[in-house]
Amino acid sequence: MENAKEKYIEDLKVIRSMMDRSGRFISLSGMAGVIAGCIALLTSYLAYDLVYEGRDYFSYRQFSATSTEILLLLILGSSAILSALGAGYWLTTRKAKRNGQSVWGSESKQFMASFFPALITGGLLVLILLVKGFLGLIAPLCLLFYGLALVNASKYTLKETRGLGVIEIILGLLGIYFIGYGLAFWALGFGLAHIGYGIYMHLKYDA
Amino acid sequence: MKSIIEDLNKAFENKVRLGVMSILVVNEFKDFNSLKELLQVTDGNLSSHIKSLEKLEYVDVEKKFVDRKPRTEYRVTKQGRLAFKKHIAAIEKLLK
Repeated sequence: MENAKEKYIEDLKVIRSMMDRSGRFISLSGMAGVIAGCIALLTSYLAYDLVYEGRDYFSYRQFSATSTEILLLLILGSSAILSALGAGYWLTTRKAKRNGQSVWGSESKQFMASFFPALITGGLLVLILLVKGFLGLIAPLCLLFYGLALVNASKYTLKETRGLGVIEIILGLLGIYFIGYGLAFWALGFGLAHIGYGIYMHLKYDA
Repeated sequence: MKSIIEDLNKAFENKVRLGVMSILVVNEFKDFNSLKELLQVTDGNLSSHIKSLEKLEYVDVEKKFVDRKPRTEYRVTKQGRLAFKKHIAAIEKLLK
Protein backbone atom coordinates (compact mmCIF):
# COMPACT_ATOMS: atom_id res chain seq x y z
CA MET A 1 0.00 0.00 0.00
CA GLU A 2 2.80 2.44 0.92
CA ASN A 3 4.55 1.74 -2.37
CA ALA A 4 1.36 2.40 -4.26
CA LYS A 5 0.94 5.68 -2.40
CA GLU A 6 4.43 6.77 -3.35
CA LYS A 7 3.76 5.94 -6.98
CA TYR A 8 0.62 8.05 -7.01
CA ILE A 9 2.33 10.97 -5.28
CA GLU A 10 4.91 10.74 -8.06
CA ASP A 11 2.07 10.61 -10.63
CA LEU A 12 0.47 13.75 -9.25
CA LYS A 13 3.83 15.51 -9.60
CA VAL A 14 4.00 14.45 -13.25
CA ILE A 15 0.46 15.72 -13.85
CA ARG A 16 1.16 19.06 -12.22
CA SER A 17 4.45 19.66 -13.96
CA MET A 18 3.08 18.70 -17.40
CA MET A 19 -0.01 20.89 -16.98
CA ASP A 20 2.20 23.79 -15.96
CA ARG A 21 5.04 23.39 -18.46
CA SER A 22 2.91 22.55 -21.48
CA GLY A 23 1.24 25.96 -21.61
CA ARG A 24 4.33 28.07 -20.99
CA PHE A 25 7.37 29.14 -22.90
CA ILE A 26 10.02 28.32 -20.30
CA SER A 27 13.17 29.14 -22.24
CA LEU A 28 13.35 32.87 -21.59
CA SER A 29 16.92 33.54 -20.56
CA GLY A 30 17.82 35.34 -17.34
CA MET A 31 21.13 36.51 -18.78
CA ALA A 32 19.17 38.26 -21.57
CA GLY A 33 17.49 40.35 -18.87
CA VAL A 34 20.87 41.35 -17.41
CA ILE A 35 22.19 42.35 -20.84
CA ALA A 36 19.00 44.29 -21.66
CA GLY A 37 19.37 46.07 -18.32
CA CYS A 38 22.97 47.08 -19.04
CA ILE A 39 22.00 48.33 -22.49
CA ALA A 40 19.19 50.37 -20.90
CA LEU A 41 21.52 51.96 -18.34
CA LEU A 42 23.98 52.92 -21.07
CA THR A 43 21.14 54.25 -23.23
CA SER A 44 19.68 56.38 -20.45
CA TYR A 45 23.13 57.81 -19.74
CA LEU A 46 23.56 58.73 -23.41
CA ALA A 47 20.03 60.13 -23.62
CA TYR A 48 20.64 62.21 -20.50
CA ASP A 49 23.82 63.56 -22.03
CA LEU A 50 21.94 64.37 -25.20
CA VAL A 51 18.88 65.90 -23.62
CA TYR A 52 20.23 67.85 -20.67
CA GLU A 53 23.16 70.11 -21.19
CA GLY A 54 23.76 70.98 -17.55
CA ARG A 55 25.11 68.18 -15.36
CA ASP A 56 22.73 68.58 -12.48
CA TYR A 57 21.73 64.91 -12.31
CA PHE A 58 18.31 63.75 -11.19
CA SER A 59 16.80 67.15 -10.72
CA TYR A 60 13.89 68.59 -12.64
CA ARG A 61 14.71 69.98 -16.05
CA GLN A 62 12.49 71.40 -18.72
CA PHE A 63 13.47 70.27 -22.15
CA SER A 64 12.44 71.18 -25.63
CA ALA A 65 14.18 69.46 -28.48
CA THR A 66 15.31 70.46 -31.92
CA SER A 67 14.50 68.11 -34.77
CA THR A 68 18.11 66.87 -34.90
CA GLU A 69 17.91 65.94 -31.23
CA ILE A 70 14.62 64.13 -31.80
CA LEU A 71 16.22 62.19 -34.64
CA LEU A 72 19.19 61.31 -32.45
CA LEU A 73 16.86 60.16 -29.65
CA LEU A 74 14.96 58.05 -32.14
CA ILE A 75 18.14 56.39 -33.38
CA LEU A 76 19.38 55.87 -29.82
CA GLY A 77 16.08 54.37 -28.70
CA SER A 78 15.64 52.03 -31.64
CA SER A 79 19.23 50.77 -31.53
CA ALA A 80 18.78 50.05 -27.80
CA ILE A 81 15.58 48.09 -28.44
CA LEU A 82 17.08 46.19 -31.37
CA SER A 83 20.27 45.23 -29.55
CA ALA A 84 18.34 44.17 -26.42
CA LEU A 85 15.89 42.10 -28.49
CA GLY A 86 18.77 40.63 -30.52
CA ALA A 87 20.68 39.56 -27.41
CA GLY A 88 17.46 38.20 -25.92
CA TYR A 89 16.66 36.21 -29.03
CA TRP A 90 20.15 34.74 -29.26
CA LEU A 91 20.34 33.68 -25.59
CA THR A 92 16.76 32.38 -25.59
CA THR A 93 17.41 30.24 -28.68
CA ARG A 94 20.41 28.72 -26.93
CA LYS A 95 18.41 27.97 -23.81
CA ALA A 96 15.48 26.58 -25.82
CA LYS A 97 17.83 24.16 -27.50
CA ARG A 98 19.04 22.95 -24.12
CA ASN A 99 15.44 22.59 -22.88
CA GLY A 100 14.42 20.72 -26.00
CA GLN A 101 11.80 23.38 -26.64
CA SER A 102 11.50 25.03 -30.02
CA VAL A 103 11.72 28.83 -30.24
CA TRP A 104 8.87 28.87 -32.74
CA GLY A 105 6.63 26.30 -31.03
CA SER A 106 3.02 26.88 -30.04
CA GLU A 107 4.11 28.02 -26.54
CA SER A 108 6.35 30.79 -27.82
CA LYS A 109 3.72 31.87 -30.34
CA GLN A 110 1.15 32.19 -27.56
CA PHE A 111 3.70 34.12 -25.53
CA MET A 112 4.48 36.52 -28.36
CA ALA A 113 0.83 36.93 -29.31
CA SER A 114 0.09 38.12 -25.77
CA PHE A 115 3.29 40.15 -25.38
CA PHE A 116 3.56 42.19 -28.57
CA PRO A 117 0.10 43.85 -28.96
CA ALA A 118 0.56 46.08 -25.89
CA LEU A 119 4.23 46.63 -26.67
CA ILE A 120 3.65 47.68 -30.29
CA THR A 121 0.74 49.92 -29.28
CA GLY A 122 3.02 51.60 -26.76
CA GLY A 123 5.80 51.91 -29.32
CA LEU A 124 3.53 53.60 -31.85
CA LEU A 125 2.07 55.92 -29.21
CA VAL A 126 5.59 56.94 -28.16
CA LEU A 127 6.51 57.62 -31.80
CA ILE A 128 3.46 59.85 -32.20
CA LEU A 129 4.31 61.75 -29.00
CA LEU A 130 7.89 62.13 -30.17
CA VAL A 131 6.78 63.60 -33.50
CA LYS A 132 4.30 65.91 -31.77
CA GLY A 133 6.91 67.01 -29.25
CA PHE A 134 5.34 65.67 -26.02
CA LEU A 135 8.67 64.42 -24.77
CA GLY A 136 8.02 64.30 -21.03
CA LEU A 137 5.51 61.48 -21.27
CA ILE A 138 7.65 59.19 -23.41
CA ALA A 139 9.84 57.53 -20.78
CA PRO A 140 7.03 56.71 -18.32
CA LEU A 141 4.73 55.48 -21.10
CA CYS A 142 7.46 53.10 -22.31
CA LEU A 143 7.52 51.63 -18.79
CA LEU A 144 3.74 51.46 -18.54
CA PHE A 145 3.13 49.65 -21.82
CA TYR A 146 6.10 47.31 -21.34
CA GLY A 147 4.75 46.43 -17.89
CA LEU A 148 1.27 45.76 -19.26
CA ALA A 149 2.74 43.58 -22.02
CA LEU A 150 4.71 41.57 -19.44
CA VAL A 151 1.77 41.07 -17.08
CA ASN A 152 -0.39 39.98 -19.99
CA ALA A 153 2.20 37.52 -21.34
CA SER A 154 3.29 36.14 -17.97
CA LYS A 155 0.70 33.37 -18.05
CA TYR A 156 2.50 31.91 -21.06
CA THR A 157 6.03 32.06 -19.72
CA LEU A 158 8.05 31.91 -16.48
CA LYS A 159 5.65 33.20 -13.84
CA GLU A 160 8.18 35.64 -12.31
CA THR A 161 7.73 37.92 -15.34
CA ARG A 162 4.42 39.00 -13.79
CA GLY A 163 6.22 40.57 -10.83
CA LEU A 164 8.62 42.37 -13.14
CA GLY A 165 5.64 43.67 -15.14
CA VAL A 166 3.95 45.03 -12.01
CA ILE A 167 7.17 46.83 -11.01
CA GLU A 168 7.40 48.42 -14.47
CA ILE A 169 3.76 49.59 -14.27
CA ILE A 170 4.29 51.16 -10.84
CA LEU A 171 7.47 52.91 -12.02
CA GLY A 172 5.62 54.11 -15.13
CA LEU A 173 2.81 55.64 -13.07
CA LEU A 174 5.30 57.25 -10.68
CA GLY A 175 7.16 58.61 -13.70
CA ILE A 176 3.98 60.27 -14.95
CA TYR A 177 3.18 61.68 -11.49
CA PHE A 178 6.70 63.03 -11.00
CA ILE A 179 6.87 64.27 -14.54
CA GLY A 180 10.29 65.63 -15.44
CA TYR A 181 12.11 62.73 -13.79
CA GLY A 182 11.03 60.29 -16.50
CA LEU A 183 14.51 59.29 -17.50
CA ALA A 184 15.48 58.40 -13.93
CA PHE A 185 12.45 56.08 -13.62
CA TRP A 186 13.22 54.70 -17.06
CA ALA A 187 16.76 53.82 -15.94
CA LEU A 188 15.35 52.21 -12.78
CA GLY A 189 12.73 50.15 -14.65
CA PHE A 190 14.55 49.09 -17.78
CA GLY A 191 18.01 49.09 -16.24
CA LEU A 192 18.08 48.07 -12.59
CA ALA A 193 14.83 46.04 -12.51
CA HIS A 194 15.97 44.01 -15.54
CA ILE A 195 19.39 43.36 -14.07
CA GLY A 196 17.91 42.35 -10.70
CA TYR A 197 15.29 40.08 -12.21
CA GLY A 198 17.74 38.69 -14.75
CA ILE A 199 20.20 37.63 -12.05
CA TYR A 200 17.39 36.12 -9.95
CA MET A 201 16.01 34.11 -12.91
CA HIS A 202 19.49 33.06 -13.99
CA LEU A 203 20.27 31.69 -10.53
CA LYS A 204 16.88 30.02 -10.25
CA TYR A 205 16.60 28.40 -13.69
CA ASP A 206 19.90 28.48 -15.55
CA ALA A 207 22.70 28.04 -13.05
CA MET B 1 -11.39 1.15 -0.49
CA LYS B 2 -12.63 -1.13 -3.22
CA SER B 3 -14.48 1.60 -5.09
CA ILE B 4 -11.38 3.80 -5.10
CA ILE B 5 -9.35 1.09 -6.77
CA GLU B 6 -12.10 0.62 -9.34
CA ASP B 7 -11.98 4.33 -10.14
CA LEU B 8 -8.24 4.23 -10.75
CA ASN B 9 -7.82 3.89 -14.47
CA LYS B 10 -5.35 1.33 -15.81
CA ALA B 11 -4.93 3.38 -18.95
CA PHE B 12 -3.24 6.10 -16.92
CA GLU B 13 -0.85 3.89 -14.98
CA ASN B 14 1.87 4.54 -17.53
CA LYS B 15 3.86 7.79 -17.14
CA VAL B 16 3.80 8.67 -20.86
CA ARG B 17 0.03 8.23 -21.16
CA LEU B 18 -0.45 10.15 -17.90
CA GLY B 19 1.73 12.95 -19.29
CA VAL B 20 -0.12 13.09 -22.62
CA MET B 21 -3.47 13.37 -20.84
CA SER B 22 -2.20 16.04 -18.40
CA ILE B 23 -0.98 18.15 -21.31
CA LEU B 24 -4.10 17.72 -23.44
CA VAL B 25 -6.63 18.58 -20.69
CA VAL B 26 -5.10 22.06 -20.26
CA ASN B 27 -4.35 22.82 -23.91
CA GLU B 28 -6.81 23.10 -26.78
CA PHE B 29 -4.58 20.82 -28.84
CA LYS B 30 -0.93 19.81 -29.18
CA ASP B 31 0.99 18.46 -32.14
CA PHE B 32 3.14 15.36 -32.07
CA ASN B 33 6.46 17.18 -31.86
CA SER B 34 5.42 19.41 -28.97
CA LEU B 35 4.26 16.36 -27.03
CA LYS B 36 7.53 14.62 -27.81
CA GLU B 37 9.57 17.61 -26.61
CA LEU B 38 7.59 18.03 -23.42
CA LEU B 39 7.66 14.37 -22.47
CA GLN B 40 11.21 13.70 -23.70
CA VAL B 41 10.33 10.35 -25.30
CA THR B 42 11.10 8.71 -28.63
CA ASP B 43 8.76 8.78 -31.63
CA GLY B 44 7.94 5.09 -31.40
CA ASN B 45 7.29 5.15 -27.68
CA LEU B 46 5.00 8.18 -27.90
CA SER B 47 3.01 6.98 -30.91
CA SER B 48 2.32 3.58 -29.38
CA HIS B 49 1.00 5.18 -26.20
CA ILE B 50 -1.10 7.68 -28.12
CA LYS B 51 -2.54 4.84 -30.18
CA SER B 52 -3.75 3.06 -27.09
CA LEU B 53 -5.39 6.29 -25.85
CA GLU B 54 -6.96 6.67 -29.28
CA LYS B 55 -8.36 3.14 -29.11
CA LEU B 56 -10.02 3.96 -25.81
CA GLU B 57 -11.46 7.08 -27.50
CA TYR B 58 -9.78 9.32 -24.93
CA VAL B 59 -7.85 11.23 -27.61
CA ASP B 60 -8.87 12.57 -31.03
CA VAL B 61 -6.40 12.76 -33.87
CA GLU B 62 -6.50 15.26 -36.69
CA LYS B 63 -4.07 15.17 -39.59
CA LYS B 64 -3.52 18.52 -41.25
CA PHE B 65 -1.25 20.18 -43.74
CA VAL B 66 0.34 23.40 -42.56
CA ASP B 67 2.52 25.06 -45.23
CA ARG B 68 2.38 21.78 -47.15
CA LYS B 69 3.96 19.95 -44.23
CA PRO B 70 1.94 17.25 -42.52
CA ARG B 71 1.07 17.92 -38.93
CA THR B 72 -0.79 15.70 -36.52
CA GLU B 73 -2.81 17.39 -33.82
CA TYR B 74 -4.20 15.73 -30.74
CA ARG B 75 -7.18 16.74 -28.66
CA VAL B 76 -8.72 15.19 -25.58
CA THR B 77 -12.27 13.87 -26.01
CA LYS B 78 -15.16 14.42 -23.60
CA GLN B 79 -14.84 10.83 -22.46
CA GLY B 80 -11.11 11.23 -21.99
CA ARG B 81 -11.51 14.35 -19.88
CA LEU B 82 -14.10 12.63 -17.69
CA ALA B 83 -11.99 9.50 -17.23
CA PHE B 84 -8.93 11.59 -16.37
CA LYS B 85 -10.86 13.65 -13.81
CA LYS B 86 -12.14 10.46 -12.17
CA HIS B 87 -8.61 9.07 -12.08
CA ILE B 88 -7.22 12.16 -10.35
CA ALA B 89 -10.11 12.21 -7.88
CA ALA B 90 -9.41 8.55 -7.05
CA ILE B 91 -5.70 9.27 -6.49
CA GLU B 92 -6.56 12.16 -4.18
CA LYS B 93 -8.95 9.99 -2.20
CA LEU B 94 -6.37 7.25 -1.92
CA LEU B 95 -3.75 9.65 -0.61
CA LYS B 96 -6.01 11.13 2.07
